[in-house]
Amino acid sequence: MIRVDGQGNGKSLIQVRGLSKTYRRGGEEIQVLQRLNLDLDKGDFVGFMGPSGSGKTTLLNLLGGLDVPTQGSITVDGDEITHMSGSKLTQWRARHVGFIFQMYNLIPVLTAFQNVELPLLLTKLSKAERRKHVETALSVVGLSNRMDHYPRQLSGGQEQRVTIARAIVSDPTFLLCDEPTGDLDRKSADEIMELIEELVAKHGKTVLMVTHDAMVAARAHTTLHLDKGVLVEASKLEQGVVAGGVA
Amino acid sequence: MKFSRLIFANLFRKKIRLLLTVGSFAIALFLFTFLAVVRGAFSRGTELAGADRLVVINRVGLINTMPLSYGDKIRQIKGVKFATHNNWFGGVYQDEKNFFPQFVIDPDNQRQVMTEMRVPDDQWKNFVGDRQGVIAGRNLAKRFGWKVGDRIPLQNALYGPTKTWQFNLDGIYTNDKEGGDESQFWLQWDYFYENVPDVIKGQAGWWVLKLDSPDDAVRVGRAVDNTFANSSYETKTETESAFQAGFAKQLGNIQLLITTIGSVVFFTLLLVTGNTMAISIRERTGELAVLKAIGYSDRFVLFFVLAESLVIALFGGLIGLGLAILAIPVVGANLNGLLPPLLLSVTALGLGVVVAVFVGIASGLLPGISAMRLRVVDALRRV
Repeated sequence: MIRVDGQGNGKSLIQVRGLSKTYRRGGEEIQVLQRLNLDLDKGDFVGFMGPSGSGKTTLLNLLGGLDVPTQGSITVDGDEITHMSGSKLTQWRARHVGFIFQMYNLIPVLTAFQNVELPLLLTKLSKAERRKHVETALSVVGLSNRMDHYPRQLSGGQEQRVTIARAIVSDPTFLLCDEPTGDLDRKSADEIMELIEELVAKHGKTVLMVTHDAMVAARAHTTLHLDKGVLVEASKLEQGVVAGGVA
Repeated sequence: MKFSRLIFANLFRKKIRLLLTVGSFAIALFLFTFLAVVRGAFSRGTELAGADRLVVINRVGLINTMPLSYGDKIRQIKGVKFATHNNWFGGVYQDEKNFFPQFVIDPDNQRQVMTEMRVPDDQWKNFVGDRQGVIAGRNLAKRFGWKVGDRIPLQNALYGPTKTWQFNLDGIYTNDKEGGDESQFWLQWDYFYENVPDVIKGQAGWWVLKLDSPDDAVRVGRAVDNTFANSSYETKTETESAFQAGFAKQLGNIQLLITTIGSVVFFTLLLVTGNTMAISIRERTGELAVLKAIGYSDRFVLFFVLAESLVIALFGGLIGLGLAILAIPVVGANLNGLLPPLLLSVTALGLGVVVAVFVGIASGLLPGISAMRLRVVDALRRV
């Protein structure tokens, strides 16, 4: 159940409380996020929409442990990440977060297989075990026959699939997608969204997605709008989602 | 190592740049090693000098001579075991380019003093019995293709009008010490004496003394100089190593010159590799950010950068050292005795490896630290 009023039952997979983020630019303070609350359960698929500068990517970065908030807390699966040291946070990211970026960000000198294998190199898995995991992830995204291709030999949609395979290969707690279809044509975008939906529906993944595209956002279970750092409305007023969820 | 694929894949992404960097590293390390070898050659004379040998020269300078009669007085000084007198000959073999050191020696005492220079007894016997006989060092004989029994003409203009002196090669000496000199040419004192003008007769260029014990060096040196103090030919006696060092210094402060050039090469090496690594890291900011995002720690990122620069340094270093191994003997053989023998020692090779490793780590350190400090959020925004 997705809530933005801070009244969750305390058992949510992801709990965000009073999250604020302020940047200092020159002598000026810019408040990007203002006391956000958010509760997400396992298997939720939420889309964040909003104009440029509304704080979507900042929220995603905070949830992914790539940035630290000015105030507030983020708890994921019982771990409060806002007070973790840099190295702890890095380890936490490796275990819990799968990132999917707009620009794919694959390593161009590695094959699809090697790119997907990257997160597993940090684990104690044997070579054979790693191979098995990578093959599974690539088969989930439908690229079993492209394992030995380099990113330059793949289409944009295929590259994004490889990114998704890399994100899921270590079976993270949740996936963070920053404009996953932003660089794709409509057909490829549809295919990627189908894949993400499949990850949620079939594999029970929790997905948080930032997008500018209303059609893409509509594929999420819930769409939350961010404007000037405030969650102001939910596009799908499903049961359990509270609109305008800031205190 | 499971990360080696990533390291090597990154290294080979810009093949031409890699080639140029490795190439410049190889050339620079070759130059560095070559300079170390030349530096070693200049100091080797000092290192190989006998600790129990003294050299007596005219206090005015090496080119000034002393009376031959000094020999008897020197031998009477307590602690002097043997004394041999030498003279510079300065002949030209075929062409002035074919320089090699030629010494007129005292056959009665030379072998007792210069014990590391070995001549087979039968060859020495022939030499002693042949007024025109000469002994050549093994390297010298090899350089000109001489064999025992060859007739060797040398032109000389130092002692009277230019004339050709004819010699018979009676023997070839070898040096027991590794890297020791095998390029000298020894001729008979008597033959020299017969053919020089009267004014030269009765004079010797320098003496080399063999002592009973190296501990006597200071006392004997002082005793020799005191013996001839206030005479027309005052002496300056010093250990053979001090004499060799002074001789090398006549060419200027070679050690300082070589050290300076070596340092410039070293820092250029550091800058070239450091610059390459910095450019390479700057080009990969986004990729490094992604690695960090998916769980690679700052230390891992530093490790990757250092590993890449170290591999470049080791590749380049090994090629440079390989070049040195191949080229130094060839260069040394073509120096025609202008420098002491060039010897590429294990120490010089080891120094090359140490320099390569040090430059590899040092050049990757700054780019590595900047990659380590890279904030993922900022870097991803730049992609």
